Amino acid sequence: MQLSTKHLLGIKDLTKEDISIILSTATQFKEVLQRPVKKVPSLRDITIVNLFYESSTRTRISFELAEKRLGADTINFTASGSSVSKGESLLDTVNNILSMKVDMVVMRHSASGAPHFLAKHIPAAIVNAGDGINEHPTQALLDAFSINEKLGSLEGKKIVLIGDIMHSRVALSNIYLLKKMGAEVMVAGPPTLIPKYISEALNIKVEYNLKKALEWCDVANVLRIQLERQNQVLFSSLREYNIAYGVTKKLLDGLKKEIVIMHPGPINRGVEIDSDVADSKQSIILQQVENGVAVRMAVLYLLSGNKN
Amino acid sequence: MTTILDKQQLHLTILRLAHQLMENHLNLNDVVFIGLQPRGVYVSDRIVENIKKLYPSEKVNYGVLDITFYRDDVRNEIRMANKTTIDFSIEGKEVILIDDVLYTGRTIRAALDALIDFGRPKKVELCVLVDRRFNRELPIQPDYYGKSIDAIVSQMVKIQKDTETVVLY
Repeated sequence: MQLSTKHLLGIKDLTKEDISIILSTATQFKEVLQRPVKKVPSLRDITIVNLFYESSTRTRISFELAEKRLGADTINFTASGSSVSKGESLLDTVNNILSMKVDMVVMRHSASGAPHFLAKHIPAAIVNAGDGINEHPTQALLDAFSINEKLGSLEGKKIVLIGDIMHSRVALSNIYLLKKMGAEVMVAGPPTLIPKYISEALNIKVEYNLKKALEWCDVANVLRIQLERQNQVLFSSLREYNIAYGVTKKLLDGLKKEIVIMHPGPINRGVEIDSDVADSKQSIILQQVENGVAVRMAVLYLLSGNKN
Repeated sequence: MTTILDKQQLHLTILRLAHQLMENHLNLNDVVFIGLQPRGVYVSDRIVENIKKLYPSEKVNYGVLDITFYRDDVRNEIRMANKTTIDFSIEGKEVILIDDVLYTGRTIRAALDALIDFGRPKKVELCVLVDRRFNRELPIQPDYYGKSIDAIVSQMVKIQKDTETVVLY
């Protein structure tokens, strides 16, 4: 039993069966995390480097915890304070690290396609922890796992991704995954933050009215406004964004059914989502974080078999 | 293909194992039965079913354990894991591990490692339906066995669920 791929670069390369294998393995790891000793020795002969060229809290901690819970040895690398500031290239840095007998690379980079480039040049298995505005596959997997856990399945479920679709790698990975698993997908947000031909290109629904989008869906995945990736003004102010596209308690109370609220974090409270929504019992934001460790354990475990 | 245990023999053997286990463990409160995933569960389900019939008013602590993540050959082949359910404490209890076939002993080695992560049992015993006496690779022996057989490495022992027989092929 093996995944169809040696690396996890994006959901785009996975088959439906791969996704099912990862999610089902994650269920078993979630049980491991409830035990008195939350640890198994499956990866005790494996060394993993966490290569973070871009800042991260959840993903880095989650990966590191997943690696430790599998018994792997881990090294953490952050671009600041490393030889990157002396001008060392990505490939040189990674080759130098690999020469110290490292088996897997978990990497985040601000350039889309950076892990794909590495995969062509190095022998180690690569797990993409977010590349630019391309993909963030483990986030999509943990989102799917959390929806599965809450609603029982993904098949036929209606999921809306709200907000900054243009700059969101979480959105793209989620769209690929949800479509593969038979869910219905919609994106909602201001026209300036939604790529023009996304509906045709990815075969999904587009809605510019937040209320209508919320009325349609079973699950609303609210995305962060990525101010750091925007180099032009795409909406006039955060306050205006909140008025038109912020998910508020009032909006949710006006719906006929109770929908599930998700957010990949970090939250801009009072911008894309209000505090009373983020902290409500409809929200599974913290469960998403909890499930992240189990899902990442599954990915690392399944990819570790391809050592030879 | 030869039949080691036919349907009636299988039934009687499991009944005997249930009685033997109860002979040595009079107080069910101190005992925990753990079936090993995936194939040991077929045997443990039936043993526990018989014990419940013998002591209908008592609570039987019964769980299943998957040892996939503890295997020592994980780098040769990645396997799908099965469900583990142990929703009680094994601390200070007498644990009876139940599996279908004891062969190299490596599964039991992994099971002992996995078990210790749930607590410190007072004692661990091993009960298997079939003991393949030769080709043990670790110093592990069963405390209870249904049938002991001699088989060579290229042969396989399997419980056939549809006909409820145990075969060697």
